[in-house]
Amino acid sequence: MALSVSNAVPPDPALVALNRFGLGAKPGDDLEKIAADARGYLNAELKQLDVALVSADDPKNAGLLDSTAAIQASMAAAAERKASRDEKPAPAMQPAADTSDGSTEAKSKSGVPPVEADIYRDEAQARFDKALTAAPGFVERLVGFWSNHFCVSTAKGQLVRACAGAFEREAVRPFVLGRFADMLLAVEHHPAMLFYLDNQQSIGPDSRAGKRRGRGLNENLAREILELHTLGVDGGYSQADVTSFAGALTGWTMAGRKGRLGEPGTFVFDANAHQPGEAVLLGKTYPAGGMDQAEAALNDIARQPATARHIASKLARHFIADDPPAAAVDRLAEIFTKTDGDLRALALALVDLPEAWSMPLTKLRSPFDYAVAVRRAIGPTSGKEPQRTLRWLRALGEPLWQPPGPNGFSDRTDSWASAEGLRTRLDIAWQAARQASDIGNPDDMLSTVIGASASAETRQAIARAESRQQGLALLLMAPEFQRR
Amino acid sequence: MSLLCETPNPSRRAVLMTGGALFAWAYLPRFARAADQRDPRLIVIVLRGALDGLSTIGPLGDPDYAGLHGDIALSLSGANAALPLDGFFAINPAMPAFARLFKAGQAAAVHAAATGYRDRSHFDGQDVLESGLPGPGNATTGWLNRALASLPAGDRVAKTGGLAVGPSTPLVIRGAAPVLGWAPQALPTPADALAERVLDLYNHRDPVLAAALQKGLDADRMAMSDELDLSMMKPRGGLDNAAGMRQSAQGAAKLMAADDGPRIAALAFDGWDTHVNEGGATGRLANLLGGLDGAFEEFEKGLGERWKDTAIVAITEFGRTARVNGTVGTDHGTGTVVLLAGGAIKGGRVIADWPGLKPAQLYQGRDLAPTSDVRAVLKGLLAEQFGLSAAVLGDKVFPESASVKPMRDLVA
Repeated sequence: MALSVSNAVPPDPALVALNRFGLGAKPGDDLEKIAADARGYLNAELKQLDVALVSADDPKNAGLLDSTAAIQASMAAAAERKASRDEKPAPAMQPAADTSDGSTEAKSKSGVPPVEADIYRDEAQARFDKALTAAPGFVERLVGFWSNHFCVSTAKGQLVRACAGAFEREAVRPFVLGRFADMLLAVEHHPAMLFYLDNQQSIGPDSRAGKRRGRGLNENLAREILELHTLGVDGGYSQADVTSFAGALTGWTMAGRKGRLGEPGTFVFDANAHQPGEAVLLGKTYPAGGMDQAEAALNDIARQPATARHIASKLARHFIADDPPAAAVDRLAEIFTKTDGDLRALALALVDLPEAWSMPLTKLRSPFDYAVAVRRAIGPTSGKEPQRTLRWLRALGEPLWQPPGPNGFSDRTDSWASAEGLRTRLDIAWQAARQASDIGNPDDMLSTVIGASASAETRQAIARAESRQQGLALLLMAPEFQRR
Repeated sequence: MSLLCETPNPSRRAVLMTGGALFAWAYLPRFARAADQRDPRLIVIVLRGALDGLSTIGPLGDPDYAGLHGDIALSLSGANAALPLDGFFAINPAMPAFARLFKAGQAAAVHAAATGYRDRSHFDGQDVLESGLPGPGNATTGWLNRALASLPAGDRVAKTGGLAVGPSTPLVIRGAAPVLGWAPQALPTPADALAERVLDLYNHRDPVLAAALQKGLDADRMAMSDELDLSMMKPRGGLDNAAGMRQSAQGAAKLMAADDGPRIAALAFDGWDTHVNEGGATGRLANLLGGLDGAFEEFEKGLGERWKDTAIVAITEFGRTARVNGTVGTDHGTGTVVLLAGGAIKGGRVIADWPGLKPAQLYQGRDLAPTSDVRAVLKGLLAEQFGLSAAVLGDKVFPESASVKPMRDLVA
């Protein structure tokens, strides 16, 4: 996308650290100091122990449920809803409800939000708390990146709404600065993913359960692992690979409410549903076995060169440019392979890319990053959270943990720089400016949030604003605030 | 300038007339002649996720259909009987409006259709469907926008630009030709003064954002202008549910019915990836089909007099397996159905060179084999609605597709 701003001057290192890699400036940030050692500022965050985790010791997080508890709560609530539905016949207009997961239900009859909505709200609050306090927020950006790479969607039903936050805390955050293969294994074992991509219903046609119940394979998870999670669409796999891998994954499931297979809501391997016999993936034969068969395959595909390239391109697209320079992708792929998918090494390599510091900030902040940057810039407000921020994300077309498909939200500027997207950002900037409790002088805020590299036009527009609110809204709409 | 003189908002006119307005009278548009009074419109609905064509319009006359499609096959008997279209095909009972239009000669379908894409990735399939390119790749423009850009500059359709419905612009209508964006909204509206100041800043510093914001503001003003019931404008969900589909069609119809409104629009409806518990005459797919049916109905209502010159086409990236899978759903497949509606459509027909459903007749032993090319349908509509030549269609709009001939006689 062509930009009129001059490409000759490298961007302010403070904005590279805070906008390209981080989540934006907060009141009190000293941009000159950050600019003096911007790489050091980013690397320091990567060295903090457990920086990606949502701390269980923090009393704010005491109420968060692990995925087992969250799923059990959702299962119990679904059973209750079904019982009350069965008591009185549904009105004629009611769409047929999918009773297995309640995916077409919204609210319980009494109007009280279902338990899943409460859990989701608490998880959203924890996600926002991390994003609002992190400095500079590079690790939270990585959490967002991997959570979108391995996305689940609450559109699937209430059960995913209940466990989407726990899934991110359990399967993504612990590995964001760890090993890719470990994250892959954790994600594909997680009940949220098995449920989201239908694997809990996939049954080996020749397994005991398959023969008895006349049910069979569902390819969804196998295909998306290969296409989206690892090799990429051009990663060299065939339809036969998908089918065979789907067979290897049969039996990977979530224990149901009755607990026949194990503790309800946990991962279990159901040998009765596992397709017997060997599986062949990318020319390699995996001997007949149990859960280890697909685990061995996952460990192999995590280390394929196609996977390294796929991850490298996505990271470079996210942090550098929509169409990143080939040299940057090559460098990241090389580090991925050389370090056996060490994601901390990969994050350090991103910071080390010369392109990160020389290329203009041409991307737009994504809806989540924009909403967070606005809230970081204006400080605490009187509005009702997290509902307000969740509403912003919905209006911007990217509701939290609800991407339209398993490929996640788009990571390209043109999907955000749309007519409707910009108009919505204007509404949000105006709303935020009106609700900010203590605005102070917008000129001073300009120094904190954008700093020395603000254009003359931006300075002038803010200086000439007809009210403090308008000045703040202009700041939140300025190209220097939107671009990263 | 008579076509635009009723526009109340000068800034909007400025945007939409950029590029070509100077030559407004240098070209007499083929369908703008006073004599035939036609003022054609084209609406493209992209169904993302791969629509099961065999559960939308079922080949009930095919002896192998019921066995393959199992519990979710449509049937002419029972509580939720499919609605017969002809002696062979019947439509899902969730689509009564489409069935009514079909009987009235204002709706048709092309069955066993597919694009040129033969793999089974949603995202590549959608890229091919929307970009109109021969294969997946880094597509940045869509065929509908390139069709718009290929019209002579003075053409009324070119001047009024395109309309993109929803919070992000579907690829099919992205490109160089001007496109308005609109989606239902319920956030407080900032003072116009702020909007003007931000626009002024963008005009100096960031023309890409300036253009996008300008269009967003214009579309909103048009949609909110007069008698449209404001209570209907509150978002009732994204575009993966029936109410959202109906609502977006309602807003789009309002914008398109205006004399200076866009003649071309794109909408994208999500949620068609029915791997599990797809349902047949009732259930998940039927709910979505009900939403699509509602969208057709809203367009018919909202376009009023314009309906007679309107063509709507609903397309999807590929079909689903002919055989029901292990979880009472269907996996990614190939051939599927294209739905056509509108007063301009020569309706009452299911157009199909039916390939059959015997094991040897299925594509790769699993999918409905494609016998029609979706691009042929789209080319036929573009040719007959807007007079685009086969040469332009085969080169600019759908590159490297000269061998795919426009389907004829789709328009009455």
